[in-house]
Amino acid sequence: MSTPAAVTAEATSIAPVVGRRQAGGPRVSKRALGYTLLVVLALVYIVPFAIQIATTFKTDPDATGNPLSLVPNPFTLAAWQRLFAGSTGNYPLYFFNSVFVTVTVTAGRVFFDSLAGYALSRLQFRGRGALFNAVLAVMAVPGVVLLIPKFLVLKQVGMYDHYSGMIIPLMVDAAGVFIMKQFFDSVSISIEEAARIDGAGVFRTFWSVVLPMARPALITLTILSFQGSWNEFTYFLIATQSEAKQTLILALARLSSGQLGSGTQFPLRLAAALFATIPVALVFFAFQRHFVRGANEGGVKG
Amino acid sequence: MSNIDTTVPTTVAPWRPRGSGGSGKGIRAGEGRAGWLFVSPMVIVLGVFLLVPIIMAIWVSTLEWNGQGSPFAGGAKFVGLHNYQSLLVTDGLARKDFMLSLRNTFYYVMFVVPLQTALALFLAVVVNQRYLKGRSFFRTAFYFPSVTSSVAITIVFLFLFQNSGAINKLLSFVGIKGPQWFADPRGLFQVAADKLGLVDIASPPVGLTGNGVLGLTWWDWISGPSVALMAVVFLVVWTTAGTFMLMFLAALQDIPVEVEEAALLDGVGAWQKFRYVTLPQLRPVLFLVLTLGLIGTWQVFDQVYLLGGGNPAKTTLTPAYLSYRTGFNDFNYGNGAAIAFMLFIIITALTLLQRYVLRDKDAIAEKRGRRAQLRGAGAR
Repeated sequence: MSTPAAVTAEATSIAPVVGRRQAGGPRVSKRALGYTLLVVLALVYIVPFAIQIATTFKTDPDATGNPLSLVPNPFTLAAWQRLFAGSTGNYPLYFFNSVFVTVTVTAGRVFFDSLAGYALSRLQFRGRGALFNAVLAVMAVPGVVLLIPKFLVLKQVGMYDHYSGMIIPLMVDAAGVFIMKQFFDSVSISIEEAARIDGAGVFRTFWSVVLPMARPALITLTILSFQGSWNEFTYFLIATQSEAKQTLILALARLSSGQLGSGTQFPLRLAAALFATIPVALVFFAFQRHFVRGANEGGVKG
Repeated sequence: MSNIDTTVPTTVAPWRPRGSGGSGKGIRAGEGRAGWLFVSPMVIVLGVFLLVPIIMAIWVSTLEWNGQGSPFAGGAKFVGLHNYQSLLVTDGLARKDFMLSLRNTFYYVMFVVPLQTALALFLAVVVNQRYLKGRSFFRTAFYFPSVTSSVAITIVFLFLFQNSGAINKLLSFVGIKGPQWFADPRGLFQVAADKLGLVDIASPPVGLTGNGVLGLTWWDWISGPSVALMAVVFLVVWTTAGTFMLMFLAALQDIPVEVEEAALLDGVGAWQKFRYVTLPQLRPVLFLVLTLGLIGTWQVFDQVYLLGGGNPAKTTLTPAYLSYRTGFNDFNYGNGAAIAFMLFIIITALTLLQRYVLRDKDAIAEKRGRRAQLRGAGAR
């Protein structure tokens, strides 16, 4: 570097520094204002959960009498004990149902979505383009308008109120296929080709070469599926009937609907709600990064 | 990665789509069969549980069917467009409820979409400030409600918005007597007009209550969202803003730092910078968020179910819930399917709007990419 160039560079860099110093006063107060605003906003987002947690340890009169208080007085585990005592429903069973359905649906989605996404991205077969367009079209149909015909199909094929009817129809989702196809589109194909040239079959290449490479997309898909099927409500509402098939979310909704305004049993209801929230919360805090990515990918094609 | 690609140029060409459908040779052998095998689970599941229901929905909406027997084997009476007539033309309870649900959802969308978009944008801008410490903490706090169950969140809000609940307690600190929220069926616009002294809500003007259209009086049409529905609006805005915040945040981080710095050097204020520099760059995302919001809000169901199905006084009834209730509680599946199909038409119209907007966004992104390429070429 020649000296004149360095000098001019220094000269130009001085101006903004001076400017920054002059603006120092107002900027500090602006920063304080910004932080205050943020803290208020954060409270708006955190306090409801804090109240929820505190209320689960309150007595019924305390919950209605001091709805804002974060300190249970007296502290009691009554709501939690009632939740697991079985008088308001078999929560251990609902929990098992939720776990069972969520795990099998998630496993199915991860495997079948990536199979289909890979085929739509990489394999050449007749009708591929039309099939992909069909997936896009089906993705655009809003779920709530199909409740009645879905119920009908389940009845017709004898899967109504069975685990199979809760699991199989959710095992492939168009949005997941779309995410996987997009992922495979963005990945280089040379390694797979090398495997194919070495004589590996299509499935073997997919299983031992492609899937390990697709780890980031698979993690995102796993988390989205877990969250989606754990929180699923409307589909299970129309796919099941008996108490033995209730999921946590379904039991929670049935516990609360209809008893509006009665103001009673809020510690119990909030405890049930908290119980249903904890698994997703744990996964969320462990895999935040992937949630963020999933939200943006899902958003591109709502 | 990319330079590995170029080392095997001979194999790249045959990987293009629109090939010979599996009859290829060499490493592409057997791909046609493998391809269909790979997609077959998807084809079966989406076909049986998504495509067939779509077709069935249309068929069932032309039937009078109470759920007994099969709708295909003579268990149901074909009534043509009768179900649609009873929703749109025939004066009766079915039309009144359907119109109420459309009115409610219209006001609901009118409030939720602008509010959630504005809040999401605001949160994104605040979290995006570069000097901010603990950004990820705030981002997590704002996003967390979006990943939790809407059922669980609604139960928390039912507690917070009780008559003597946390919200009204807070309001009482500043001397406001809060309404009964989820139990208050009064329309927001009616209450406002009453407060302004324009009308008396206890005895509304006969000119408005005496006449009407499509089964509802004018007084009912112009009611605005009920106080109860406004509580649902707050709940949904609070819950969903986090998702849209992430979209705005991604777009904000794409804005080149130099652009904002140039604006600062020119001495513009913070608001002007936002209005004339940041906001125009966010336009594609803004349109995306608005259309996604439009599509999502028309489908509102969970919260309505938890409120007891339209309480109070049917002011939180929505088409999605009405369709469910008509089918599964009233055993009038034909009518329920017809409501669902009408809702489908509304949402499809909005989806087409979204498609159009997305295409616009892609074009803009492409243009931006080309500009960046030119810039890169110029630098070289």
